[in-house]
Amino acid sequence: MMSQLIKSREAILLAAILGLLALIASRFPAYVEPGNLVNVFNDTSTLIILAMGQMCVILTRCIDLSVAANVALTGMVVATLNTLMPGLPVVAILVIALVLGACLGAVNGLLVWKLQIPAIVVTLGTMTIFRGIVFLISDGKWINAHEMSAGFKDFPRMEIAGLPMLSWIAILVVVCFVVVINRTPLGRSFFAVGGNPNAAVYTGIDVGRTQFLAFTISGMMAGLTGYLWVSRFAVAYVDIAGGFELEVVAACVIGGISIAGGVGSVAGTLLGALFLGVIKNALPVINISPFWQLAISGSAIIVAVAFNAQSSRTKGRVILKSAEQTA
Amino acid sequence: MYVSPDVSPDVTPDVRKAADALMTDPILSLDGITKIFPGVRALSDVRLDLYPGQVTALVGENGAGKSTIVKVLTGIYQPEEGTIRVDGQETHFPTAQHAADAGITAIHQETVLFDELSVAENIYIGHAPRGKYGLIDTARMRRDAKELLDRVGAEIDPAVPLKDLGIANKHLVAISRALSIDARVVIMDEPTAALSQKEIEELYELVDRLKAEGKAILFISHKFDEIFRIADRYTVFRDGQYVGAGAMADITEDDLVRLMVGRSVDNIFPEREASPGEELLQVSGYSHPTEFEDISFTLRKGEILGFYGLVGAGRSEVMQALFGITKPSAGSLVVDGQPRQIRSAAEAVEAGIVYVPEDRGKQGAIIGLPIFQNVTLPSLDRTSKNGFTRLAEEFALARKYTERLDLRAASLDQDVGNLSGGNQQKVVIAKWLATEPKIIILDEPTKGIDIGSKAAVHAFTAELAAQGLAVIMVSSEIPEIVGMSDRVIVMREGRMVAELEGDEVTPETLVRHAAGISEGSA
Amino acid sequence: MTDVSNHHVPDRLTTPLQRTLRSWESLLLAVAVAIFLLNTFASPYFLNAWNLSDATFNFTEKAMIAFAMALVIISGEIDLSVASIIALVSTAMGAAAEVGVGTPGIVLIGLGVGLACGAFNGALVTGLGLPSIVVTIGTMSLFRGISYIVLGDQAYMNYPDSFAWFGQGYVFWVITVELVFFLAFAVIYGVLLHKTNFGRAVYSIGNNPVGAMFSGIRVKRVKFILFLLTGLMAAVASVCLTSRLGSTRPSIAFGMELEVVTMVVLGGVNILGGSGSIPGVVIAAFVMGLVTFGLGLLNVPGIVMSIFIGLLLIGVIALPRLWNQFRQARR
Repeated sequence: MMSQLIKSREAILLAAILGLLALIASRFPAYVEPGNLVNVFNDTSTLIILAMGQMCVILTRCIDLSVAANVALTGMVVATLNTLMPGLPVVAILVIALVLGACLGAVNGLLVWKLQIPAIVVTLGTMTIFRGIVFLISDGKWINAHEMSAGFKDFPRMEIAGLPMLSWIAILVVVCFVVVINRTPLGRSFFAVGGNPNAAVYTGIDVGRTQFLAFTISGMMAGLTGYLWVSRFAVAYVDIAGGFELEVVAACVIGGISIAGGVGSVAGTLLGALFLGVIKNALPVINISPFWQLAISGSAIIVAVAFNAQSSRTKGRVILKSAEQTA
Repeated sequence: MYVSPDVSPDVTPDVRKAADALMTDPILSLDGITKIFPGVRALSDVRLDLYPGQVTALVGENGAGKSTIVKVLTGIYQPEEGTIRVDGQETHFPTAQHAADAGITAIHQETVLFDELSVAENIYIGHAPRGKYGLIDTARMRRDAKELLDRVGAEIDPAVPLKDLGIANKHLVAISRALSIDARVVIMDEPTAALSQKEIEELYELVDRLKAEGKAILFISHKFDEIFRIADRYTVFRDGQYVGAGAMADITEDDLVRLMVGRSVDNIFPEREASPGEELLQVSGYSHPTEFEDISFTLRKGEILGFYGLVGAGRSEVMQALFGITKPSAGSLVVDGQPRQIRSAAEAVEAGIVYVPEDRGKQGAIIGLPIFQNVTLPSLDRTSKNGFTRLAEEFALARKYTERLDLRAASLDQDVGNLSGGNQQKVVIAKWLATEPKIIILDEPTKGIDIGSKAAVHAFTAELAAQGLAVIMVSSEIPEIVGMSDRVIVMREGRMVAELEGDEVTPETLVRHAAGISEGSA
Repeated sequence: MTDVSNHHVPDRLTTPLQRTLRSWESLLLAVAVAIFLLNTFASPYFLNAWNLSDATFNFTEKAMIAFAMALVIISGEIDLSVASIIALVSTAMGAAAEVGVGTPGIVLIGLGVGLACGAFNGALVTGLGLPSIVVTIGTMSLFRGISYIVLGDQAYMNYPDSFAWFGQGYVFWVITVELVFFLAFAVIYGVLLHKTNFGRAVYSIGNNPVGAMFSGIRVKRVKFILFLLTGLMAAVASVCLTSRLGSTRPSIAFGMELEVVTMVVLGGVNILGGSGSIPGVVIAAFVMGLVTFGLGLLNVPGIVMSIFIGLLLIGVIALPRLWNQFRQARR
């Protein structure tokens, strides 16, 4: 019974999202029109991409609070590059963003792996450092739309089959994560490291190295998002994505990723991000001030973590034979 | 007799003779292995040889160093000294992967696998079959897993997550994992602890098959019938040292026990005159949904009540319920004539019940705090004034009880984590005596501590009883139970199966009741 | 181990004084003195009583929270919602001021809201057994979110004149009210942690929560009280900060939780729990205040200072570990 419930955690979340959509649709049918749903998904794309990276980190019993600062730093670097070299093709920009983001993530990973500093301390520190560096690079100035080249700005908006490139990238990222998480030894080792680090050592998995790779992946996703963010909004400044790291963690927690590590799925994370995205985009539609959003996502985190804890409460040792039959 | 005084050298079987009888070269050979932890010499110059197609039983009491040698063999620990040879070639295992690459695999005491991963993944993690683009070939992995599971006679769907399985099935998965690695050396650490009789028989068949395939098997077990049933050779460790090895055919059960214990029970257990006083504790019908059922007994002043059973029989669980850590689902408790409900450890201490836990590092000592603060922690109300601590009083109280226990330490201000196991245990006992309890529960009080400290703990336990304390002693060591207890309760699978007194308390009866074997087979 | 029949174990091998001299706190104090001297040479405006007095505002509010936070972290938990509690408390006080409540009433309401926030965190952590890091990330959004719901892009500014005393008043010459609060709480928390049974319980829980429970310590009760205390201290800080700014916006004290945690860790508290001291946190507060003030005098912008704070946070933990690894590698 109980295990059935846990298995269908994603199903419950999906039902919650559909119920939410139905509720909104009953009053504001325009919200569920395909065109608007595409908008909702597109708006949530950056959250989805970041949540995928964060998921890997949380699976290994760590947390990455530096992702939003990484977005800001990578975004500022590529925007600055674009102003200096307007001719640089988007592909090159993408590669630079991915590599730079990965390097920033690797810094976190190295500190966690080689010096065994708790992840929360490391990423609290790098979060302020990354933001400070954005200021140093930009001198506190904004890079505005007119300073960016057309190609740079247009890329995320390019439509293929009615869906903007930004959405396609999010879909591609999700597909990649489905493969990496479910079908590669690295993906499975995330679960092993977070679920039972001692046993992981016995199976020949290097716990620290696995955590390092998770941070690098998280950083890479943040780098990708950095470019997509500044190009989509056509502006780069120090405070971009300020506080967004908490929304990313929220998406993971709502999606059923256990902060204690080792539990979660790509589908859950995707649904967690979509849940927040649907709410965020619905607020203006149903005439609730956007100022409600913060409180709602906060409540959602608490409810989600309480729910997850209830369903995975540790059972005592089963000694009685009679109890084992029913357990 | 089960044990007799003082082992003389001539009972040690002739190792050379045994080796001649089973002439082959060992696949794996350890020599002069020494492993030191802060404060403890876990292994000291030990040797171990494993031969192809043969089962070697590793025998020793708790704390003899069996699990440490397993960790050395599997690359988890690196020994300070000694050589490891595979096929005569000297080698090292700096990581677990190196040991696995050398063809060594272990099935562990506690099922150390991953709840969230599927059964097939648990079997193949680290060496999953790869398909296109180097991705894991899930379909093939499940097929192969199914084959392995069939081989061990387990009817388990390889696609379900491990958390959905019961403990016995998890164990079979662990065994399948060992088989999935094309291992030449298989280490089985108490493999039958969680299995039913039928599953045990199937495991024996499996071991026979592995033998036929020429694998070397290291078999660790506390059950003597099992060792004599399945092993070809034995190696005995005692207190981290090698004491003997040979062929099973050349040794009797009595001699093996003597090697293992290496001393007389009469020598280390204090003489005591049992004169239990009035009834202090009455437990009736204590039950728990999954851990134990219908536990009822009484305890008198000055009495030592032994609790015997195999590992995992539910003894500690009962004790922790008495101490308020877990909640019983039914049952009642009378302490000193007063009906009591104990819902937390704090309430147990108030009622005069204290518990010296088995897991010393986690539940007993507070490593990181100095000795004196460990001792005074439950007694702060008495050493403090209006909630403010008074160091002089604390040192005085700590000194009083640590001196009674003859604690060896550099100073009372020293971190308890730097003490040896035996001295840590003394600190934990001192902590509880300082609360002036009526009932003291000792859970495996001498597990993993050296002989000297063991004798001190035993002498002290006897002294406490003589002073009128009621003592419950949980132990898996038969000599300790026999040597110390006035009365013994035997538990099996969460239930009380026997209550023995006086002449009834013999090693044979204990083993028989604990294992659930009928007359004559123990 | 030899068998000596009357084996004597001394109480202590090192005197408390020796221990103090070798401690992290002494090292930190030396750093503080060095920064002080450096600042004195770097800027002619540094050694001025009024400037120094102004500089204390850089750390007094954060440090008051840091004292309670130190206890929470020593017990093995964390509270990331403190800055949001400041916002919610400030919003409640602003709303009360708006309807004409007097200064004592405003303060009482503020403290009440802070305690309620702490109780909410504490109940979720101890009652439901949830990890404090997630709970307080959630309440961090929730508490500030409520401020946003109430205020939106508005602000409360109608505080009574007497309310200004907390953040702008002076007790004596250049000694501010806040500085007196800071010193008083330093003593109170120092005594609580180092001289009482409660403080001992906090250390035992932080070193080994299971062992503490097995020793009869009421672990949940102690942790609940600790969350109450952080809530209360965040409320006190909110009173001071709101009074100093004279207004409430929902973004008040944004990101301050990180500076508080940095201060605690810099003060030598182990982020994994079990060890640390209040004197350490006090000195760390001075170090951070001096760094910020000194860089401010040199016209370094705030965000760049945060780089120093971030480096300081990682550096103070990384350097001893690097040093250890280096020493072990040489052996």
